[in-house]
Formats: sequence, structure tokens, C-alpha cells
Amino acid sequence: MEGDVLQDFLDKDYGYGFRTEVDSEKAPLGLNEDIIRMISKGKDEPQFMLDFRLKAFAHWKTMTPPNWSRNQFPEIDFQKVCYYSVPKKKNVPKKTSLDEVDPEILKTFDRLGIPLWEQKRLANVAVDAIFDSTSVATTHQEILKKHGIIFCSITEAMKNHPDLVQKYLSSVVPMSDNFFAALNSAVFTDGSFCYIPKGVKAPLDLSSYFRINESDTGQFERTLIIAEEDSFVNYIEGCTAPMFSNNQLHAAVVEIVAKERSVVNYSTVQNWYPGDKDGKGGIYNFVTKRGLCQGDYSKITWTQIEVGSSITWKYPSVILKGDHSRGEFYSVALTNHKMQADTGTKMIHIGKNTSSYIVSKGISAGQSRNVYRGLVKMTPQATNAKNFTQCDSMLVGDECAAVTYPYIDVAHPTSQVAHEATTSQVSEEQIFYLQSRGLSREQAVSFILNGFCQEVFKKLPAEFSVEAVRLLEMKLEASIG
Amino acid sequence: MLKVEKLCASVEDKPILKDLSLEFKKGEIHAIMGRNGCGKSTLSKVIAGHPDYEVTSGDILFMNEQGKYESILELEPEERAHKGIFIGFQTPVAIPGLDNESFLRTMYNQLCEREGKDRMDAFDFRKFILGKMEKLNMGEEFLNRGLNMGFSGGERKKNEMLQLALLNPSLAILDEIDSGLDVDALSIICKDILSLKTDNSCFVLITHYNRILKHIKPDFVHIVSDGRVVLSSSDAQIAQEIEEQGFDKFLKGA
Repeated sequence: MEGDVLQDFLDKDYGYGFRTEVDSEKAPLGLNEDIIRMISKGKDEPQFMLDFRLKAFAHWKTMTPPNWSRNQFPEIDFQKVCYYSVPKKKNVPKKTSLDEVDPEILKTFDRLGIPLWEQKRLANVAVDAIFDSTSVATTHQEILKKHGIIFCSITEAMKNHPDLVQKYLSSVVPMSDNFFAALNSAVFTDGSFCYIPKGVKAPLDLSSYFRINESDTGQFERTLIIAEEDSFVNYIEGCTAPMFSNNQLHAAVVEIVAKERSVVNYSTVQNWYPGDKDGKGGIYNFVTKRGLCQGDYSKITWTQIEVGSSITWKYPSVILKGDHSRGEFYSVALTNHKMQADTGTKMIHIGKNTSSYIVSKGISAGQSRNVYRGLVKMTPQATNAKNFTQCDSMLVGDECAAVTYPYIDVAHPTSQVAHEATTSQVSEEQIFYLQSRGLSREQAVSFILNGFCQEVFKKLPAEFSVEAVRLLEMKLEASIG
Repeated sequence: MLKVEKLCASVEDKPILKDLSLEFKKGEIHAIMGRNGCGKSTLSKVIAGHPDYEVTSGDILFMNEQGKYESILELEPEERAHKGIFIGFQTPVAIPGLDNESFLRTMYNQLCEREGKDRMDAFDFRKFILGKMEKLNMGEEFLNRGLNMGFSGGERKKNEMLQLALLNPSLAILDEIDSGLDVDALSIICKDILSLKTDNSCFVLITHYNRILKHIKPDFVHIVSDGRVVLSSSDAQIAQEIEEQGFDKFLKGA
């Protein structure tokens, strides 16, 4: 009985499933060198980018999709995906103000609760919004410029800062890293670029917002963040998509480079369409995210709230190269119905006195499958490296699965590695207790689950933590009114 | 205020309450005593609407604002709470990660909304709650901990009292609020109960021991055995006699 009532909470419909009517120019389906040339030409890219893409494509053709994850899905026909879609009209090379953006697109972002206009809520956040394949608008340019921060679409960065792009692109995730990273390298159409100069603390949080609008368009965005010595930045990424009955592919690559004593906090609220109750439709989210703690005392934190996608397959990782560098990973992954999530992190300790901290909270409901897969690797050079991992699963109902695969690879005798794991269920006794204090059953469940996730939520920037809580509630509460 | 009429209730088809009747009125303090397993705690949970207990016959009636008695059996636990029924649990559950202060503030603000009063913001609430906590000799650190997480038995009881003080219910049923408390804490909680009790509210103390009744003199003492009330008396002395002579004497008489 408990399972049934809880399941009702979880059955709330996806609220972002609308499609915006915007004329778009689309490339024909499929992938070959001509399409890649078309993408590169359409974006007016420098020659080195075209070379990079073609090389990645050549490599990709030699690779096969990975099959070790136990995620179950029909084979993807990569020749039936559209690799490039641009909203029409705004073919202006660079937008100087939001007035040039198609009002329909701005309305979409409004409906998503991400108004680009300089509203109160945005006072502290600069937004780069990606609609299908193209960066639509970047806000707060003035104030960022004053601090020497570059925050723009990666397409603009290729034109205006080609040296930086050439130097760092694929320096953390090599184009041959994996099947989807290679595909992304060949066809990525846009994404965000962020450069924080030496000694600068970003005066506002930077945020990119991704939206897939077209039905058969893959989204392949590429994000590159470079934090110079003694710099600091909070970076936030959000994602939604309309509801379509066919599956859509999302294969992004995010690379972060952190120099000496710099700090990068990367937070994601991923709410791609998860498909319907029977698992029809939804996004395949195959993403490679990796940060390099290049300098001593640098720090990279990944915080992710994963509540969407039909399949999630991602492991935001940190390579701890600098001595005393630190990597952190905080994750909440909620799966429902037939969703499959295989997610976790990799912490590769190379430098001396490096440390990593992992907190993973998985909530599984329906017939979903929620997997934590994490690697902690202490290389032979990593003297006095430390790791702590906390991995908690909560089950709702009795048809779901929670699985934990911790891989621990230690090659140094001074390493300290700790792994704690728990599995629990939302107890009827807890719900009753909160109800007896006047809270509704929905609120009680949401309080209990939010409590379960608290350690992760408190890592998000303040206003986004409120948003994450609201999002989880939306996903969990029955549709009231 | 609340009438329990010929109540029969079972858990997993095992009858626990067997034809139990009681009446609590405004301005009264009741004590319910009995051995372990006699059904005392079950009674409080059934009144609160715990889903594990099935009422097989009888009724529970609560007086509405017009002074008329209405059955509450069909109400959800939160609807019973909204009517002003509060249960202080014997062993309140812990909820990891849910910080005590947010929980208390939400609970309190929802009450304010129901009563048409303004919500209290986080800053004012903290001042407000600290005042109440001081009376219970609770340190500020209670606010930042997970709800009942790692609380000792006595700390949980104080936290129940704190919730009672915030909700200001018309009927408070406190299940073994005295267990797990040292002498000083017991005296503090008893003082708190007396300060919260008004002519318009009713307190019911479920207990094994006479010691709480030395601080708070009940108007009625009820002895429960095997799911029914075997003795009701307005003579508080019998609590003393139970402590000295055990329950047997009273059960034989029943």
C-alpha cells in the first residue's frame, strides 16, 4: 500500500514537455564529412576547428558504442540523427542585445522559469542559453568584461579567442577518449566557454541553459571552463526538452582546467524529458564531464541533480594532478518508471596529498534502475592521498533496483580510502510522524526525501538549491490542483 | 472535547483495543495508566490516525467549533492535527537530513496560515523558537541537527514538548513523556506542561509511573488493562497506591 501511494507522488507529469514553434534550418539526417564541413562552415569556424572535427570523425568511425553499462536500449542508428539545427532568422553573427533574439525563444525560456531579462532572480547569475544547437543569448556581459571574465558561446570563443580554444579544447577529454566524446568532438554545434583570469573571483554565478526543441535533433554541446591561478567560479548548468515519443540523443562534453589554488564549482540540474511511464521517448544522456586539477591546491566540485533522461550515462570526474588538490562529487539521481541511470564519478589521484570526497544519493522508484558506478584510483605517485565515499540508496516500491559498483584501485601504501553505503526505504512511520504535525502526506514524503538529499542540496548555490528542492518536489508530488 | 466510544482496534488482525470508552473535557488533566502492552500507546496512535491500526468498531468523536461532536475516524492524520489534536510520541522517529529548525518553522507557519495569521520569516522565527527552547533548557544546537537524529531519549521528549508549545493544541496526549528523563528534566517538562495548559485545553498523560503525577495532579486517573478501561477515578491518590502495591489490586477489582 505504501508503495502505491508513494508511486502516485512520483507520477507527476513532466512540466517542460512543450515544443516552441520556431522555424529552424536543419541539416539532413546522418553524418559524413560533408555534414561536418557544413556545420563548421555554417558556424564560420577557423580552419583548426574543421581539422579537429574531421580528425575526431575519422577516429569515431573506428570505434563502437560502449556496451558495458547494462543500460538497455535499442541500438542507435547514428545516420538517423540530425546533427545540426539552428533557429532561423537570427543568423546575425553576434547578438549585441536580447532584442535580436526570436521572441518565441525568449518566451520558451520564460516558461522554463529562466527569464533572460535582467530580473531580480537573475541579479546574481549570468546566463548563456543554448537552444537546440545554438547559443541564443548571453547576459550580464558588461560586468563580466569589467573583471576580465570571458563567458560566451564556444562558437564566439573560437572567433574571438582562438588561442585559448585551441590550447585547451580536448586537453582534458581527448577526442579519442570514448565513443560519445569522439562523436561530440566531430559534431558539437555550440556550448559555453568560460575563462576566469588570474586572481579573479567571479562576481556572479555563471549559468548555461540547454534546451532541445526539435524532435530528431541530437544535442552535442561542448563546454570549456578555464580557471587561472587563484581564481574562483560557480558554474551552473540546467537542461530540459520537449516530450517526443522517439528518443533523442544528447552527448555533451564538459572540460574544466583548474590552475594553482583555483576553485571551480560546477553544478548541474538535469531535467531532460525522461520518457513516459512505459519508457517510450525520452533523452539518452551520454555525457563526458571531466575536470583537471592541474595546479597545486586547486579544487573542482561537481554537484549534480539528475531527475530526467530516459537513460543517464555519465561520470563527472576529477584528475587530481596538482599536489594538495581536491575533487568533490555530490550527486542526487532520481529515477522513476523505466528510467535507467548509470552514474557516478572517477577520482584519479596523481599528486601528493590529494583528496577526494564523494557523496551519492540515489532514489529509485517505479521499475527504474539506479546505478552508482565510481572509481577511486590512487596512482603510484599519489603519496598520502585520501578518499571518502558515501553512497546511499533509497527505494520506493518493490519493483525498482539500486546497484552500487565501487571500483577502488590503490597503488600506494599511504593511501586512505573509505567507502560507506546504505540502502533504505521511506518509512511509513516517518510519514505518519510528520502528518501528525499537520503536514500533508505529499509534503511529508518530500521532506523525507529532501532530508535524504540534504548533503548534496546544500552544496548548490543558494537560489539553485531552492530550485532543486522545488524540482524534486515537482517530480515527487501528485499533481495538486 | 474528545469521546472514545466502545472502540475496538486491531493491528494485523490482532485485537488490541476491546470496547474502550473514555471522555476528555476542556480544562481537564487525565492520566492513563496500565501495564506494558495493555493498549495505552495504541490508543494514542489510533486517535492520531496511524495507518497500521484498523478500527473495527466504535467511534472517536471530537468537538467541532460549533460545540457539536463529530467522528474523526475518516480523517487523515494531518486533518486530526489541524483540529487541534497533538500526540507526544513515546519514541518519535528520526528523519535524517531534515533539519529541526526548518521542520519546526514549516510546521509553525502552516499553523499560522490555517489560523489566518502572518507567516514568520526565518529571522523572527529563530528568536521566537529560542525563547521557547530556553524554557525547556534546550541549547541552540538542537536547531541545526537532523530531526531527532542522534537525540537521546530525553532530548526527543524535549523536542516533542517544543512542538507542543508551537502548535498549542486543544488536546495533547503525551505518551510516556516522563520516560528517559532525569529528575531535573522531568521537573522542567512538568512546569512546561502546566504553563501550556489552559481552561480551554485538555492534557492526557499516559504513564507507568506516579512520579510525573507528583508534579501534575490529574483530575482523573484511568487504569487500562487488556484493551479496556477497568477503573476511572477522580481520586489521584490511586496513582500513588498503584506505585506502592502494583496494578494487581485494581485489576482484581475489575
